[in-house]
Amino acid sequence: MQLKRVVVTGLGALTPIGNNVEEYWEGLKNGKSGSAIVTHFETEKFKTKFACEIKNYNPEDYFDRKEARKLDRFAQFAMISSSEAIEDSKLDLEAIDKFRVGVIWGAGIGGIQTFQDEVMNFAEGDGTPRFNPFFIPKMIADIAPGNISIKYGFMGPNYTTVSACASAANAMIDALNYIRLGHCDVVVTGGSEAAVTIAGMGGFSAMHALSKRNESPETASRPFDATRDGFVLGEGAGALILEEYEHAKARGAKIYAEVAGGGLSSDAYHMTAPHPDGIGVVKVMENCLRDAGIGLDEVDAINTHGTSTPLGDVAELKAISQVFGEHASKININSTKSMTGHLLGAAGAIEAIASILAMEHSLVPPTINHTTIDENIDPSLNLTLNKAQKREVKVAMSNTFGFGGHNACVVFKKLS
Amino acid sequence: MPSVKILKPNIMSDIASRVKAIIIDKLGVDENEVVSEASFTNDLGADSLDTVELIMEFEKEFDIQIPDDQAENIATVGQAISYIEEAK
Repeated sequence: MQLKRVVVTGLGALTPIGNNVEEYWEGLKNGKSGSAIVTHFETEKFKTKFACEIKNYNPEDYFDRKEARKLDRFAQFAMISSSEAIEDSKLDLEAIDKFRVGVIWGAGIGGIQTFQDEVMNFAEGDGTPRFNPFFIPKMIADIAPGNISIKYGFMGPNYTTVSACASAANAMIDALNYIRLGHCDVVVTGGSEAAVTIAGMGGFSAMHALSKRNESPETASRPFDATRDGFVLGEGAGALILEEYEHAKARGAKIYAEVAGGGLSSDAYHMTAPHPDGIGVVKVMENCLRDAGIGLDEVDAINTHGTSTPLGDVAELKAISQVFGEHASKININSTKSMTGHLLGAAGAIEAIASILAMEHSLVPPTINHTTIDENIDPSLNLTLNKAQKREVKVAMSNTFGFGGHNACVVFKKLS
Repeated sequence: MPSVKILKPNIMSDIASRVKAIIIDKLGVDENEVVSEASFTNDLGADSLDTVELIMEFEKEFDIQIPDDQAENIATVGQAISYIEEAK
């Protein structure tokens, strides 16, 4: 059976450095930091008092009040970013076969604010379980694609992938494969997360996963820097329209890039710590390149998982060196998390979009906030430090790794 | 000619206005739609979860318990108001 080719024909983004794709790119190319003191709740007793929140966000700009009330913030973000991507794709919603349009979304957690509110409300009561009937349908991670399908009438495959910080990449790879196999013409994919809440921040903080650089939130996310001290929690969403190549060509769609392939692997090692030898990370990049039929020396750019944690960043770079050998030093490696923070289940989506935009603009966004060389990092690697670098990007990879040892990697290719 | 106003005891009109305020808030409808005979599902756009939520809000607001078999009979604005007036 001949696999179909899959292309990206629409993008949508709601990120801590820009509330749509255009603003997001402006932020990326200029090295803008999205990190600031948390506004969602009182952080006085929290060890980390900052995060990458969405700025200037008012749900009532996008939803009527009744609709907004029934959507957790992560689901609101999903609706907004997917609507931008669908609009961008210029799909004729009247003409397409909606049975062949899927929605495969990524969310690492889902409606944690809703969960928190309902449980706290119960705890304040007399033990009578007065839970809101919308509690469960607002909270569950799969409600985001459910709501997107209800809005547009898309009746193809519909679900959420949950693999922590690899969730959106898993979603994109599933979307790619459904189209490749001929089951769908179009899949709305991506991911969203909204975990900048008391429980979200408190939980990650308890793991010592978060940066505590409270004196300088905007420089706290500093992947690959010797003084990095943890990741910066972010929120937001990214959406991509994946479409079968001939379907896209037939309607004269703008094609951003080809989704050349995806790779998956597992560390099978520890709940949260990366494998010290990065075996799973090596494997996921190899699997991805093999799936795409792309040679090592064809890769121009890698948007790393690079969360700014002491262990993870070094392990990932070692794996890149191991996979690519001499070619590793010719790759523009970056971590856009230095600007956006870590969007957990949405990270794979906004980072894939960053890779695609780097291709589109022949400019690789920087890894900002670098001040001090880490001697454990191979100095021959080009980490695109502090300033965007001009480069024709024909092939770009995006890595994501999730707690639980889930690794997912997607590779995009300029359409020749 | 001025219309004749029927004066209800304060507590009654208070219940009616609080019930209406909850309905307006939860269902996102205009005040002028919330008339006594308006059905939550047929006229005010509520689905099954909305109606459950309304009942729960009434219970909370008026500190009463509405058993499920009785909640099933509260389908209109007027029925909600009279049920709560009786229960208080």
